[in-house]
Amino acid sequence: MIEPNSHQRGLRQSIDWALIAVYLLLVFIGWINIYASIHSTDPASIFDWSARSGKQFIWMLTAFFLAVMILFVIPPKLWEGLSIPMYLGVLVLLVAVIFLSKDVKGSHSWFELGPVKFQPAEISKITTSLLLALVMSQQNYKITRWKDFFLTVAIIGLPMLIIVAESETGSALVYIGFIFVLYREGLSGWWLALFGMVIALFIGTLTAGAYWSIVGLGGILALSSAFMGPSKEFWRRLGIGLGFVLLMSLLPGVISHLGDAVSAKMAFLENRVWVPVAGEKGGYFWSFLADIKPVYIVLAVTLPAVPVLLWKAYQKKDSFLAIAVGAFILGVALVFSTDYIFQNVLQPHQRGRIEVLLGLKEDLAGVGYNVNQSKIAIGSGGMFGKGFLHGTQTTFGFVPEQSTDFIFCTVGEEWGFFGCLVVILLYVFLIIRLILDAEKCRSSFTRIYGYCVAACVFMHLFINVGMTIGLMPVIGIPLPLLSYGGSSLWAFTILIFIFLALYRDEKKYF
Amino acid sequence: MKQDYRHIRLIIGLGAVVLLLLGKLFSIQILSGSYKEDADRNSTVYETIYPTRGIIYDRNGDILVGNKVAYDIMVSPREVKEFDTLALAAVLDVTPEFIREKMADFNRRKRAIGFQSVTMMRTLPAETYMRFDEVKYRFPGFKGQVRSIRQYPVNAGGNLLGYVSEVNQAYMDRHPGEYRSGDYAGMTGIEAAREADLRGEKGYHIYLRNARNQIQEPYMGGAEDKEAIPGKDIVTTIDASLQQYGQELMQNKVGSIVAIEPSTGEILALVSSPGLDVNQLADIGKYYGEIVSNPYKPMYNRAVQASYPPGSVFKLVNGLIGLEEGVLRPEMMYPCSKGYHFGAGHKLGCHAHKSPINMEESIMMSCNAYYCYVLKNILDNDKYDTVADGLDHWREMVMSFGFGRKLGSDFPAELSGSIPSSKTYNRAYGKGRWNSTTVISLSIGQGEILATPMHLANLCATIANRGYYYIPHIIKDSEGLEIDARFKEKQYTMVSQEHFPKVIKGMWRAVNSGPGAGGTAWIAHIDSLDVCGKTGTAQNPRGADNSVFICFAPMDNPKIAIAAYVENGGFGATYAAPMASLMVEKYLKGETSRPALEKRMKEADLMARVKRD
Repeated sequence: MIEPNSHQRGLRQSIDWALIAVYLLLVFIGWINIYASIHSTDPASIFDWSARSGKQFIWMLTAFFLAVMILFVIPPKLWEGLSIPMYLGVLVLLVAVIFLSKDVKGSHSWFELGPVKFQPAEISKITTSLLLALVMSQQNYKITRWKDFFLTVAIIGLPMLIIVAESETGSALVYIGFIFVLYREGLSGWWLALFGMVIALFIGTLTAGAYWSIVGLGGILALSSAFMGPSKEFWRRLGIGLGFVLLMSLLPGVISHLGDAVSAKMAFLENRVWVPVAGEKGGYFWSFLADIKPVYIVLAVTLPAVPVLLWKAYQKKDSFLAIAVGAFILGVALVFSTDYIFQNVLQPHQRGRIEVLLGLKEDLAGVGYNVNQSKIAIGSGGMFGKGFLHGTQTTFGFVPEQSTDFIFCTVGEEWGFFGCLVVILLYVFLIIRLILDAEKCRSSFTRIYGYCVAACVFMHLFINVGMTIGLMPVIGIPLPLLSYGGSSLWAFTILIFIFLALYRDEKKYF
Repeated sequence: MKQDYRHIRLIIGLGAVVLLLLGKLFSIQILSGSYKEDADRNSTVYETIYPTRGIIYDRNGDILVGNKVAYDIMVSPREVKEFDTLALAAVLDVTPEFIREKMADFNRRKRAIGFQSVTMMRTLPAETYMRFDEVKYRFPGFKGQVRSIRQYPVNAGGNLLGYVSEVNQAYMDRHPGEYRSGDYAGMTGIEAAREADLRGEKGYHIYLRNARNQIQEPYMGGAEDKEAIPGKDIVTTIDASLQQYGQELMQNKVGSIVAIEPSTGEILALVSSPGLDVNQLADIGKYYGEIVSNPYKPMYNRAVQASYPPGSVFKLVNGLIGLEEGVLRPEMMYPCSKGYHFGAGHKLGCHAHKSPINMEESIMMSCNAYYCYVLKNILDNDKYDTVADGLDHWREMVMSFGFGRKLGSDFPAELSGSIPSSKTYNRAYGKGRWNSTTVISLSIGQGEILATPMHLANLCATIANRGYYYIPHIIKDSEGLEIDARFKEKQYTMVSQEHFPKVIKGMWRAVNSGPGAGGTAWIAHIDSLDVCGKTGTAQNPRGADNSVFICFAPMDNPKIAIAAYVENGGFGATYAAPMASLMVEKYLKGETSRPALEKRMKEADLMARVKRD
């Protein structure tokens, strides 16, 4: 008889020490960069408790304590069982904070307990991940089934919506990352593509305008249906696709040419001694022509083709064609609603950030100030940076929020491209390690949870670093483990160490 | 689900996103240099250190122009918070509207100003600044900047000293690369003449600053800083007390007094009246409008710019040329019956004096008729084919005294006056259609002759030196500063030196013949000083005659040569001669002995006589 204990592997094997090493490294890098970012000409000690570096040290110690507790004390099985009550509890906190918190820069997301502040939105990532893992690891769960799909979307969407209501849109955006988990668990790649399309059209509409967005969408759909469809249809579809794009590209030129003629005619009509009165045919006709926009012509050409194509798709059982047509209709609807969303749903400061990001507005003193200063700080770092504590931009406070959301600027300025590369590669290692560890797990719960952790880290990394270098709008979310702040550090520590505990639990016995 | 390797696809996607981030990082950190420049602009601030301007001394080591501390009020618009406009206005002694307008302007330019500070008010006196300094904590964004401004212990005349003001665009264009907006430069007078020496070199501190424009620490520990090099002190040839005395004599009169040390060409005094009050100089910007609109043109430096007919003092020149040309001998007698009669009933009038007279007496009594003969003989000399040739030769000799051209002094804005040539009259009358009688008024320094008071003083110095002059100049050699060699070369006239004593004798007799002897300048007589002088009464078409006098003293080894020119002052002996005489006495004796005369001169107010433009 074999004792279960003899199968148990030792600490050396059962714990992913590499992951812990990367975790510790990132926390340490964060700490010294927080010190650098608050460091000014009269330096305090890195352990000065009144300064952020000192406070962060306390946060670090408490986070390490939490990590040890999770890894060695709390039974890993507990997490699965606690998923539902924890999720619900955090939902209550998320709602409560809206009514109980003070207004911090327009957002209502912080609880203040004496000197300690914490943000339920950070914890919500953990509970959402746990519940997702629980639900999706059920035996009879199939993501392709609508009921399960909607349940999943609801689990993700509920905290997300509440966080939006807290005016913390940035934190809510992170939840989009869970789509990668769903993808891993069998969600059709189409959803990913659709999601990408929505974002591309949103940006396209705001920058290039509705017309070019629709033309681009039509062209891409036609071309991909050529490549994805039956091979005998290839040339015909390719021809139609290219012809469509070509013709439509010429259209605005033609229209504006015609438009000049029309407005000349209009001016002629208006300048006549007698003003065109109602019932005068000529006047109505010309003013109607002047109102024609290219986008109407595109729609006039494409929309009648929709029923024809759908019929054809039904006949030939060409599901791709059907999806393409559906996507086109959806896309057109999105393009037309984008303007509405942009003007009416987004708040002015968010609108401003997006406009600056897309280059629609140059506003270095206002909304663009943060991004510009952040880029200057990072850009001035060069290859190897200015050296620890020698950054002029971060030390002297040109970059706002530099120890929290803009901590990456300090890395960029003082450690240069090399430092950025190291930090980003550490994150990449962390994410890939999480994915690979998750893949090794037999328990679906652990695997799905691992993917959730990877997705959260990835979204934070992409949005935060992207923001500091002008690839993303200024969305105030922290850089995991590096940014100053207890909520964030605790949340990511718990997030990662629950996975490590679950992973260790698996390894112990298999 | 593992069979389609979705985790691999996700990792590839992650790789793509990370490459995007790294690519962008590479482009802004390695490829683009502009962020580094922006960072430097962001975080370093150059604080200009303005050098103190060189001090201007007089010939005796007294300070003519010194420096004192004043304060500029600077604003960093980004740092300004809501403040009590009325309180600030009260502290700074301005109207609230002034501050509102300034702030509105700064806010309009906010983007361009960025983190810089801009000047709101200039050269506040220390008292006002101290008041501001006590309450400035209530006005974040406002601060003071020390500046050194000019101080004038002696009222040596604004036109002589010149003023210093902030350079404008036109000035910067004229001196490319030397000045920047906000710099000050000497614009007139000595300040302008020696700007290059006086201004010194600006320095700067480079500081690192934070986002709120607060200075944090010296950049690289101050290794890149440059200290300001103070301007060089200069020593002028001016005698401060003589200059000031001249200013006092000339008050409420229009005209000029120029005094030169003949043995060196050094200008001892250069008075132009009305002039700028030195109290206005330090803050010229404030008074500029008032000064420019003054009908008496106080900025106009009459000493070197006003072209006047020299009047009878010019007889000396004609006499010397006559002697040199051999057409005049001192013992030659000419008659004068209250004037010189020529042509059909024309007469150039003269005053009553004995007749006939010789050359010495002609100078002593300033006979007009005598010099009509002299000039006629010069121009109609058989040596020359035509009167035109004669005139041009005469002109050449006149110009050898410095007339009709710039003397080349180191004082800026000097003008040349004018001496007519044959061309002048050919243009006026036609070639060959004029003769010596046409131009006869040249004999007595009227007509087309124009000269500045400086020219007349130089003439006086030339005669005092018996035939040569040094180019008048206002700067002396001093430590580390050597004046141009041209100021140390004797400039000889075309008249031989032997002829000068004969003229000087006449000048001596004009002053020293005693009352009733007919000398025109008895009033200029000073006991124990052999003053030699010549009066002039120049016609002024715009009113009463101009009073002119030149003199030097003592006769042997002269120490001072002086020219006084008083517009609408009447006879030369009325104002110009007493003033010049008082100046000579003041300079040579250190004090004056004729209080009644001095009082009369100082208190005379001729301004009402002077026609204004």
